[in-house]
Amino acid sequence: MHNIAISARDLRKDFNRMPVFSGVSFDLGRGETLAVSGRNGSGKSTLLKIVASLLSPTSGTVSMIADGSPVPGRFMFRHIGMVAPYLQVYEEFTALENLSIIDRIRGGSHTAADYERLLSMVSLGKRKHDHVRTFSSGMKQRLKYALAWMERPALLLLDEPRTNLDAEGIAMMLTLFEDQRREGMVIIATNEQEDVDICASRISLGYDGAAKGGGS
Amino acid sequence: MSGRGFIGITAAVFRKDTSSELRTRYALNALFLFTVTTLSIILFSFQSATVPTQVHAGLLWVLIFFAAMSGLSRAFITEEDRGTILLLKLSTISTPVFYGKLLFNVLLLLALTTVLTVLYALVVPGFAVEGLWTLCTALFLGTVGLASASTIIGALIAKANARGTLYPVLSFPIVLPLLLTVIRATTTAMENPSWGAASGEYRVLLSYIVVINAASYLVFDFIWKD
Repeated sequence: MHNIAISARDLRKDFNRMPVFSGVSFDLGRGETLAVSGRNGSGKSTLLKIVASLLSPTSGTVSMIADGSPVPGRFMFRHIGMVAPYLQVYEEFTALENLSIIDRIRGGSHTAADYERLLSMVSLGKRKHDHVRTFSSGMKQRLKYALAWMERPALLLLDEPRTNLDAEGIAMMLTLFEDQRREGMVIIATNEQEDVDICASRISLGYDGAAKGGGS
Repeated sequence: MSGRGFIGITAAVFRKDTSSELRTRYALNALFLFTVTTLSIILFSFQSATVPTQVHAGLLWVLIFFAAMSGLSRAFITEEDRGTILLLKLSTISTPVFYGKLLFNVLLLLALTTVLTVLYALVVPGFAVEGLWTLCTALFLGTVGLASASTIIGALIAKANARGTLYPVLSFPIVLPLLLTVIRATTTAMENPSWGAASGEYRVLLSYIVVINAASYLVFDFIWKD
């Protein structure tokens, strides 16, 4: 894993000229975690999408430094893994096929044994040959964790990470969080107090669209 | 680009779309039903009437155009509707995704054009071709041009709400020069056995393909981002 740091400066996002949030700044380095909280519609998911380069901010910048060199915005995805309710997997393929397809599209070279290890990690080993359309929503969420974790990303973005997970799934998510915290960075968008508590720093997106708090 | 490189990733997107289509048959079913119904309507309305070659050429391309409109836009729309586009965006850059989908659309439309033309020649009376190679060249160039235009327009409208209306409305002015030229080349194929008789049309079609693909390459990154 590269030595990577990410920095957001004065981010603002408007939809239809209505401000969703403004003044969001944070810096994260290896081993650091950030919780983003706020009411529904305060822009938590939007902020995560901007950090993942899936959306452009109305103003402000997100920059990433890998081993001392800036990472161009269009290549930042290489260092990012994401789990979110709005991010879906291919339901017409099996769990194993989803991993292999995305690995090939990423240009990776993982083996079948790697895929099986990942699926066992998220307790989907016995369902690896089943089509995802037969999965429960919790199982799909586990598969998203496997996909996000496949490249051991420097930055893991978790949007409502406990969504649809049972007690065993939440334990898996917390183990993965701890592993990621040791070697990389995590940003969690959540309203669950337990998730906020496990992060070292916090940003609260307020009713007036302004951000309070900030990363280290 | 790491590992497999641009061609490998383009091929991976193409393989993914092909496997997905073979399993879900979203586009195949739409294209098959469209082909059967429109050919039946043409057959019933013509009966034993004698139709000029220009009308045959026009009708054939109207069929291919609307079949392309009903099937090819799905390459990006299904990804957007199902929420899998974000997975792609988190996995690779824009260009191999575009070319993987373009390749899928080109091959799908080539297969459809072949089937449609053979069926049209078999069931519609009066469709006789003098220059087979002229027809093949016109069909190939027209299909590649139409698939190229359909792919970028499909990507453009994937996020819009009124896609059903927007797609043909946006497509019409963009594909009009292509349709006029390819209909002329098809008419020539029905009347003249010489391959070179439609050389002017071939040049226009080739230019269209180059221009639409160059424009797509420049524009697609912006469509991909937001």
